[in-house]
Amino acid sequence: MPAAHDAIFRTLADPTRRAIFERLCREGEQTVGALTVRAKVSQPAVSKHLGVLKQAGLVRDRQDGRQTHYSAQPGALAPLTDWTSQMTGFWQRHLDRLEDLLKRMDQ
Amino acid sequence: MNDAITEKRSVVIEREVAHSPEKVWRALTEPHLIEEWLMKSDFKAVAGHGFNFRGDWGAVDCEVLVVEPNKKLAYTWAALGLESIVTWTLTPTGTGTHLRMEHTGFRPDQQQAYRGAQYGWQKFLGKLEEVLARTD
Repeated sequence: MPAAHDAIFRTLADPTRRAIFERLCREGEQTVGALTVRAKVSQPAVSKHLGVLKQAGLVRDRQDGRQTHYSAQPGALAPLTDWTSQMTGFWQRHLDRLEDLLKRMDQ
Repeated sequence: MNDAITEKRSVVIEREVAHSPEKVWRALTEPHLIEEWLMKSDFKAVAGHGFNFRGDWGAVDCEVLVVEPNKKLAYTWAALGLESIVTWTLTPTGTGTHLRMEHTGFRPDQQQAYRGAQYGWQKFLGKLEEVLARTD
């Protein structure tokens, strides 16, 4: 699995973080405060989750005065939902290895 | 029937390799060699032989469909009950082999199910898909 996929799956494996991401997908841009009201964790914890989501390219932040607004970047999931591009990557990687093997094999 | 055809998807990768078809065939069909570039398997170049590939992420169930030594090899490639077919075609060139790999499978709706089941996130992704469809 490519590193980008790893990062996305690792990021979304956490149920709280996933819930935050789903809410942003469903309801659009929100502040940390608004997200905290319905998350069952503290504001610093929500901020930390948002930081991880941002790192994985799943959310984007926008500064507006003292407030930071977060929005989902659902396009970041495209590599996971496209079978063709995923399998192309899979076979390209393995065919590279096949070519390496052919070089090592005796005639 | 028409629907089934239009809903198929394929990945085709072609490479020119500086090795004879016989040598490429060995790499495609001998389990100790297959393991070095693809996955562990109990493959046998016999049509009808059932086998599987075992990766660190799970297993792929397969059945050999076509064996034409040094020319063509095809097997089914199934994970979680959803089937696809991998076909290898070897054509000799002046300097080696033209290698073509075609992987044909899943209807788009099955792909979603496949992916969701594969990662145990079927519900999550299904829901997300709905949300994404509405977001546009």
